Amino acid sequence: MLDTNTTIKLFSFLGSGVCMGFGAIGAALGEGFTAGLATQAIAQRPEQSGEVIKNMLVGQAIAESAAIFALVVTLILLFSEPETNNVLLAWAALGGGLSMGLAAIGSGVGAGFPAGAACLGIVRQPANNGKILTSMLIGSAVCQTPAIFGMVVSFLLIFLNYSDMPLYPGWAALLGAGLATGLAAIGPGLGNGFTAMDAVSGVARNPRVGKDLNKVMLIALSVAQSTAIYGFLVSLMLIFMGIKENMTMAASMALIAAGLCSGFGGIGPGIGEGFAGAKACDAIARRPEEVTLLTRTMLVGQAVAESTGIYALVVSLLLLTVF
Amino acid sequence: MAISGPDFVKGMAMLGAGIAMGLGAIGPGVGEGFAAGKACEAIGKKPEEAGLLTRTMLVGQAVAESTGIYSLVVALLLLFVV
Repeated sequence: MLDTNTTIKLFSFLGSGVCMGFGAIGAALGEGFTAGLATQAIAQRPEQSGEVIKNMLVGQAIAESAAIFALVVTLILLFSEPETNNVLLAWAALGGGLSMGLAAIGSGVGAGFPAGAACLGIVRQPANNGKILTSMLIGSAVCQTPAIFGMVVSFLLIFLNYSDMPLYPGWAALLGAGLATGLAAIGPGLGNGFTAMDAVSGVARNPRVGKDLNKVMLIALSVAQSTAIYGFLVSLMLIFMGIKENMTMAASMALIAAGLCSGFGGIGPGIGEGFAGAKACDAIARRPEEVTLLTRTMLVGQAVAESTGIYALVVSLLLLTVF
Repeated sequence: MAISGPDFVKGMAMLGAGIAMGLGAIGPGVGEGFAAGKACEAIGKKPEEAGLLTRTMLVGQAVAESTGIYSLVVALLLLFVV
């Protein structure tokens, strides 16, 4: 067929296209949302436009960072020269592109939500600009974490040496590793965005509760991250677990299926737990004296929503280790 | 790479198991999270009804879980029985 060098270049270009293509979606959506809410805020109070625009630009910059990560990985895939002639590098390039591209979708959209809520909050409470901005920065920054997982897996895939990995089913392991983190990062990024948005709105509504709200927001954000961490774990296992040579199709499909399973499985619980955290923060802002009861309810609800994420992780681990 | 019949079937079964559990985890996750969120909102409005509201939330979430269980069962069937 094609010689090794051409195959590696082919898959690198494919990976870079996929990476930038997917990576551009999320940040643009999130930043558009921010801009929309910013114009709505300025319409309510035109004299605050300077502060609102400043906040809008800061928030959009944070949402942009996920797309910048994707751009960096794309340029690396386009211009780096592979030093060894291992066909596995081709599959690693495709996996790396998928990992970063898909992971940037959720984080990009998610980081736009708290920025928009901050713009609306500022016109409601101009005196508490500092507190609102702090909550927004904390929330948006944690929102970016799934995209960073995606970038770490991308770099691992692109830059590691695969001299001791067999081609069959090594190709499936590398593709599966990219899919696992990439897909699993979409849900938590989005869900974290919901939580941060309502936490920032809550601080704007009730600035005295700022500290409590930030604490609960961070708890909710960490719980919603968990399925992204499961995907990250499965990716690391796929890359670093010693794989024995196996020419059967079943072994290859098992590794890809492990990646798809924990990848898709991370989407739903991330979104759902993020929504639960958002409503809990909203309720705490309205009734600060009920913070323990509401946090408890939120954690119980999030734990139940986590259950299918755990099933997906278990099936992934079964596929990895038993087959 | 020549693929034999039984090997192909086993391979597709693995892929099917992964897709079944993977996609099957999306719905219950989103739905149960929505239920948890609305429960928090309701408790915020009426904290004295917390016990009743939490119970209702858990019953609703258990029903939403059912399709996730179906996906798990099908995935395990594909892995171990096919």
